Amino acid sequence: MEATSQYKRLLPPMRGLARDFYGYCKQHELRFQKCSSCGAWRHVPREMCPDCGSFDYEWAKSAGKGKVFSWSTTSQPMLPQFADAVPYAIVIVELDEGVRMATWVVDVPPDQLRIGLPVEVQFDDVTEEVTLPKFRLRKQA
Amino acid sequence: MHPLKDKACVVGVGETAYTRGTDRSQLNQILHATMAALDDAGLKPHDIDGMVLPMPMPTVEHLAANLGIPDLRYSASSNIGGAAPVAAVQTAAMAVALGIANNVLIPVGWNAYSGAGVRGAGRSGPVGLPPSFGLTMSEYYMPYGLAVPAQWFAWLATRYIQEFQVPIEGPAAVALAARKHAQLNDKAYMRGRPLTMEDYRNARMIAQPFRLFDCCLETDGACAVIISSAERAKDLKQRPVYIAGTAEGHPLPADDIPGRKDFFKIGLFYAAPKAFEMAEVGVRDLDFVQIYDCFTHIVLLELEALGVCKLGEAWQFVQNGRIELGGELPFNTHGGLLSEAHVAGVNHIAEATRQLRGQCGERQVKDAEVGVVTGFGDFGDGSLVVLRR
Repeated sequence: MEATSQYKRLLPPMRGLARDFYGYCKQHELRFQKCSSCGAWRHVPREMCPDCGSFDYEWAKSAGKGKVFSWSTTSQPMLPQFADAVPYAIVIVELDEGVRMATWVVDVPPDQLRIGLPVEVQFDDVTEEVTLPKFRLRKQA
Repeated sequence: MHPLKDKACVVGVGETAYTRGTDRSQLNQILHATMAALDDAGLKPHDIDGMVLPMPMPTVEHLAANLGIPDLRYSASSNIGGAAPVAAVQTAAMAVALGIANNVLIPVGWNAYSGAGVRGAGRSGPVGLPPSFGLTMSEYYMPYGLAVPAQWFAWLATRYIQEFQVPIEGPAAVALAARKHAQLNDKAYMRGRPLTMEDYRNARMIAQPFRLFDCCLETDGACAVIISSAERAKDLKQRPVYIAGTAEGHPLPADDIPGRKDFFKIGLFYAAPKAFEMAEVGVRDLDFVQIYDCFTHIVLLELEALGVCKLGEAWQFVQNGRIELGGELPFNTHGGLLSEAHVAGVNHIAEATRQLRGQCGERQVKDAEVGVVTGFGDFGDGSLVVLRR
């Protein structure tokens, strides 16, 4: 974790459904929308269920466990705010609930990432207002 | 028969020089390309009465005011990134086939090299997010440092090369074929700059697995095409090139890549069967393909979406010169975005048109009768047009 005042990287705009998603992260809970009608989980957050058309949903708590699905390793700076992090991988993690999200796996260097690596969520309180969900390697039981 | 089949034609194509460095504004570039396309068609600016714009700027109003168009009857925009120009051809074809407009202009120009391009993003940040996907990106990707196409398509490419065991020779064959073809094209920025396998392999990584020469160019310039009805086309200067089939398609969901249940199913998979059915041609009938080549691995996936080969098998297909001039299915005979210039693929429409007119000189595909142009943009939106002479 980095000290609040020193965090210079990009922050998500806290509005609409993103404010809800990151609001739970701030409480160190990874929650995704789950349709109240058909039960389908979804991410990124949406107004409607693309599977059944229902507007009703709950923010259901994820167990925070998943696997590496794919990744993108940034070898040249693409954003000045992340120039110091190069090379870094933006990893797609598939949660056990079925949803996938963009994130970082903090303890695996890009060249050691593999499809299917088991990971679990951890929370990075990057500022007083914003917490980003990230992942770490999970020791398989 | 489909009511749109062969009802509209590409009647004019034109471009500026493709450069790195320019004193011209974006608007000025587009106007010069438009005048070249009008001249090619044997039309005057006041003959343009419709526009479909694949980029948000400059606007229809700016263009009409400069060209002195007295009666602009129809305008539309298609904001799906690199899939927009070919999707614009579909919209323009409908407009002229129904008599809503007579001559529809589709221009793209930008100073992607001299302006605030992707290269500059590492220093200055991205230059503004399109509304089509900007929300997802700013809320869920950018906090993790993802902001440019090379990064988000690397998600696709990383999984693609592992799932289908794609060796470096796959994407390399695409890059080398494009560069080889550019050597036969006076307009190509990379003419006189040949590329070897060793150069390709040794180039720096941009966003893994994309090396430098897997990525399209950033250039300054503009290209424009004009669409008219088949009836009118017969009386114009050039041999008509018919829009035999066209379609667009979108991945599910189009605004988020990680969340796709069918991860590799880009929009072109949905669009291609429709366009071939409309055109009443099969992929085996094609004399060439002009593929939207933002990244080499994406070209492989597009070949699979077209049905040239099965998912995961294009890397084998592209070996042994099969996609080079003289091969089974020549690809990007002008050099494409990889080696001619990046004008969002309007140059692919122009090249296909010239191939079907037989105007391509030493890079002419012999007896070319039918070819395909694809578009690919944003997070994987797709479009294609089947053109025939």
